[in-house]
Amino acid sequence: MTTKFTPDHEYIRVEGSTGIVGITPYAQEQLGDIVFVDLPTVGKELKKGDEAAVVESVKAASEIYAPVSGTVTEINSALSGEPGLVNSAPDSDGWMFKIAISDMSEIDKLLDADSYHELTL
Amino acid sequence: MASSSAQDLKTVPLHERHLALGGRMVPFGGYSLPVQYATGIMAEHKWTREHAGLFDVSHMGPAFLQLTTPTGDAEADHATVASILEPLICGDITGLKPGQVRYTLLLNEGGGIIDDLMVARSPLYPGSLYIVVNAATKENDFARIAQAAGNRAKLTRADDGALLALQGPEAVAVLSSVLPGVEELGFMEYGPFQLQGQTVIASRSGYTGEDGFELLCPAAFATTLLEALLADDRVKPIGLGARDSLRLEAGLPLYGHDLDETVSPIEAGLGFAVSKRRRELADFPGAGRILKERDGALSRVRVGLIVEGAPAREGAEILDAEGNPVGVVTSGGFAPSLGKAIALGFVPPPYAEPGTGLQVKVRNRAQAAEVVATPFVAHRYFRKAKS
Repeated sequence: MTTKFTPDHEYIRVEGSTGIVGITPYAQEQLGDIVFVDLPTVGKELKKGDEAAVVESVKAASEIYAPVSGTVTEINSALSGEPGLVNSAPDSDGWMFKIAISDMSEIDKLLDADSYHELTL
Repeated sequence: MASSSAQDLKTVPLHERHLALGGRMVPFGGYSLPVQYATGIMAEHKWTREHAGLFDVSHMGPAFLQLTTPTGDAEADHATVASILEPLICGDITGLKPGQVRYTLLLNEGGGIIDDLMVARSPLYPGSLYIVVNAATKENDFARIAQAAGNRAKLTRADDGALLALQGPEAVAVLSSVLPGVEELGFMEYGPFQLQGQTVIASRSGYTGEDGFELLCPAAFATTLLEALLADDRVKPIGLGARDSLRLEAGLPLYGHDLDETVSPIEAGLGFAVSKRRRELADFPGAGRILKERDGALSRVRVGLIVEGAPAREGAEILDAEGNPVGVVTSGGFAPSLGKAIALGFVPPPYAEPGTGLQVKVRNRAQAAEVVATPFVAHRYFRKAKS
């Protein structure tokens, strides 16, 4: 299992050929209190960089992009009742969707934890 | 998430204090101002509704309009200075009592709103008005007022000072311990108060729907005033983010969003700002249109909407129950006090009745919305009992 990051502050936790996508603790802190999360539908085909979800804070809406190409296999329905999970537990209970990765080589092009961390300093 | 350049932004007198307090600075109306502090918009919003929130609104445009040669006859001098401003606005300034503040509108010849502003009659000096205009429009507003004044009166800007707003149910208790006597002011009254030998102008007004005050002081005194207020545990600094969500819950329109030069006072639901005396005289800019609209000839009106699901932001289309476009959202977001999305927008009068079922288009999806009476959260202004 490995976790990779985009420069736009999404993470993808890779388990076999499935990835679990969410936003980083740094991103949730920048966004502030999250009041609504718009998730993709299961079965949706996403290309790397497509708009996959939208998180809304009190102030504004921010797009979440697909870190890799693939098909959405599951969404975190807990977020519809409790969007604040993205703030309180961004990298665990606040995950957003799972994606069946169509091209594993795209994972290699994402940032590792150290490179991502440097971006947020 | 884009970051913004600090280039070319003006700073307010308390800039360094905001940084020290953990303020996250953003560009706003040409100034660098805190959008929030460490606890975040939601907590700041709720704190203001329950205690007292301290806002820095120094980017706004306070000014004084004073007769060049007052005669000393208080009523005559007031009538003269009021007659300079009245041709630009729809409010009754002549009728103000000393120390009284009035919300009014600068209008264009077509009856559109150039700005919304506060105008107050000095409680001390005959022929002197205190004016506060919006940040983004202040250069134009000041130019118009100065031109109208000619050599009869002098417009003195005070926007190099600090303008703070203390808002919330505990604001009066806090402020009366710092500026004794402010508790005597009623809603929309103002006066000068002394603190450590400096004059602070306090007006019992604000834009959160709560009881509270706006305080003007010299820049060099801003830190002292800020620290005196923050020393009280009931006060926390509040950023622009919560300022916006508070005013939206209070159903108060915001210039540049809900109000602009195409929107009339009647469309905007600000008919109360067209004073009775001025209506009878029909002597204000755009009187033809505004009086006709007041009699019911309206194509659109401002409404409040409770939105189901994702917040509908400014620019979102408003649809009727069948999905036909009927209007547009001009301010929208999440209401922390209500735990749901709310919006202000404009629709034709047949859709404006509270209870009307409409829809809003968010990211190409139609979501249910219902017209409701505003304010969304009841105002708690302090009104004196009539004597």
